Amino acid sequence: MSVDQQNQPVVLVSNLVKKYGDFMAVKGVNFAVYPGECFGLLGPNGAGKTSIVRMTYGFSPVSGGKLSVFGEDIMIRPRAIKSRIGVISQDDDLDPVLSVRENLMIYAGYFQIGKQIAKKRCEEILSFMDLQDKSDEPVENLSGGLRRRLTLGRALINQPALLLLDEPTTGLDPYARHLVWHRLRRLKEEGTTMLLTTHYMEEASQLCDRLIIMYQGEIVEEGHPEGLIDRHLGREALELGTGGECPDSLFDDSRELIRGRQGMGDDLVLFTDHGLELMDRVAAQADRQKTPIRYRRLRPSNLEDVFLQLTGESLREDGAAPLPGKRGEEEGEDVR
Amino acid sequence: MSGNRPWQELLSWPDLSWPLVYRVFCRNLLLFRKTWMANIMFNFVEPIIYLWALGFGLGVYVNKIHGLPYINFLAPALVASSSMFATTYEMTYGSFTRMAVQKIFQSMVATPVSMDDVVLGEILYGTFKGTLYGIVFLTVLAAFGLVRSGWALLAPVPVALMAAEFSILSMIWTSIAPGFDSFEYFFTLLITPMFFLSGVFFPLETLPAGVRLLAWFMPLYHAVEAVRPLILGTAASSVWGHLAWLAALVLLTLRIPLVMVKHRLIK
Repeated sequence: MSVDQQNQPVVLVSNLVKKYGDFMAVKGVNFAVYPGECFGLLGPNGAGKTSIVRMTYGFSPVSGGKLSVFGEDIMIRPRAIKSRIGVISQDDDLDPVLSVRENLMIYAGYFQIGKQIAKKRCEEILSFMDLQDKSDEPVENLSGGLRRRLTLGRALINQPALLLLDEPTTGLDPYARHLVWHRLRRLKEEGTTMLLTTHYMEEASQLCDRLIIMYQGEIVEEGHPEGLIDRHLGREALELGTGGECPDSLFDDSRELIRGRQGMGDDLVLFTDHGLELMDRVAAQADRQKTPIRYRRLRPSNLEDVFLQLTGESLREDGAAPLPGKRGEEEGEDVR
Repeated sequence: MSGNRPWQELLSWPDLSWPLVYRVFCRNLLLFRKTWMANIMFNFVEPIIYLWALGFGLGVYVNKIHGLPYINFLAPALVASSSMFATTYEMTYGSFTRMAVQKIFQSMVATPVSMDDVVLGEILYGTFKGTLYGIVFLTVLAAFGLVRSGWALLAPVPVALMAAEFSILSMIWTSIAPGFDSFEYFFTLLITPMFFLSGVFFPLETLPAGVRLLAWFMPLYHAVEAVRPLILGTAASSVWGHLAWLAALVLLTLRIPLVMVKHRLIK
């Protein structure tokens, strides 16, 4: 990887700005994606992730700053650059009336891939994505998980050097999600560079070599998934069901173990590198003070905790209510 | 890639790759091949009802028009109007579904295909479909013995030009349509009046001068005026005028839907 890192970046973004009218969706972002790596854009809805992906494949014009793909400005030779990119967009944009195989063959036509080669790749993709049984089924009869697999397979028809994945597993059940992750890891092992957006922390941890955390169009943090957790929180999180009434004295003899704390609804999460010891000390203190704790749970810290710590907001769509006035406009509905 | 200057864009050259325009066309053709039976039935029932009800029914009570039995006057015009309806339905409800519901346009432009390729491919498909329906209807007329001249073989030319223009007009409406409901307005305000005021059912000379002037701007009027003499074998040099008018209108308006769809989808 260190040799690759010296190569020219596949995607290079400097002071990138995206405006929709007066609304600034991306506010001067910088990052580089190097050959063979999976680079994550992590953030809640409205963070500007989709805007960046759309600019990267030339769908959406850049409002300011620079964005180059394979060393070129996408707006100058869009067809040549797009022929080397595979895009998995957030929306389900498969051809619903066509069969699985027809979807692949028609898409191959857009890349002007010869019929014989297209047929061969089509079979390879059907087997890679485990879709052979469904190859003659119209897409409208497929489940969400199968459609997503086909969307990923379709993006591979031109054997892209760069894959743009905009929330590739949003809305999938855990089995379907793991299957997609597994295929993406295999593609990465084969050397495909990836730019991935997600609001699933687990997805980012599973797939990304490096990532940036975005919030309201800006980068709030960047690094390796593990490194970020280590830098900000400590390895473990202790969840305490304190019911909202939690005297500070509860932590009198454990302050040196606590690296961070975060309220979550009525409960409290403490971050530490010494989970068991912290749990024992807090429990003992709670007994002494007669402070009721409904439950204690020790778990590994994750990127979601980092995100909460950095922004005070939950990443999950269905998570805690956002703080008032801290949420950007919804994105992803630009195309009506 | 000027963001907000549509007038300048209208005068600019579109970003077209003909092989990819053809691929977009082929995608729609593949779908058409799956559903053509149902499609053709739907689009043919109506003109055939007109033919029977008006031609054989009403025609009994109508004196000859320009020395022709009513059915001979009506039938050639229905070739053009059935083509108009086939194209407009396809390029409103059909295109809107592909653009806004199925997001097919969006998936196409993630490949080397450009948005101009997509919209032109759609317009070509609308033109193809309208022309095909016109041709099939012409064959029906031939079977009824209503074609009087070999010149009828040239009738698809004005029909194709007219279908291209209706593809363009429909696509413009589709590019600003907020939803399916708005197509009702398109048909009520534009297509239906055109159907009745383009000399399909009666010659326009009976109408007030103002309405005649209005009709002169309608693509269907010019198609009817070109198709009818070709089918009846009374073709005169005036056919050229109608063809030129249709061709000029297509060339003048073709760039508009390309710019408008781009402005709708690309932000």
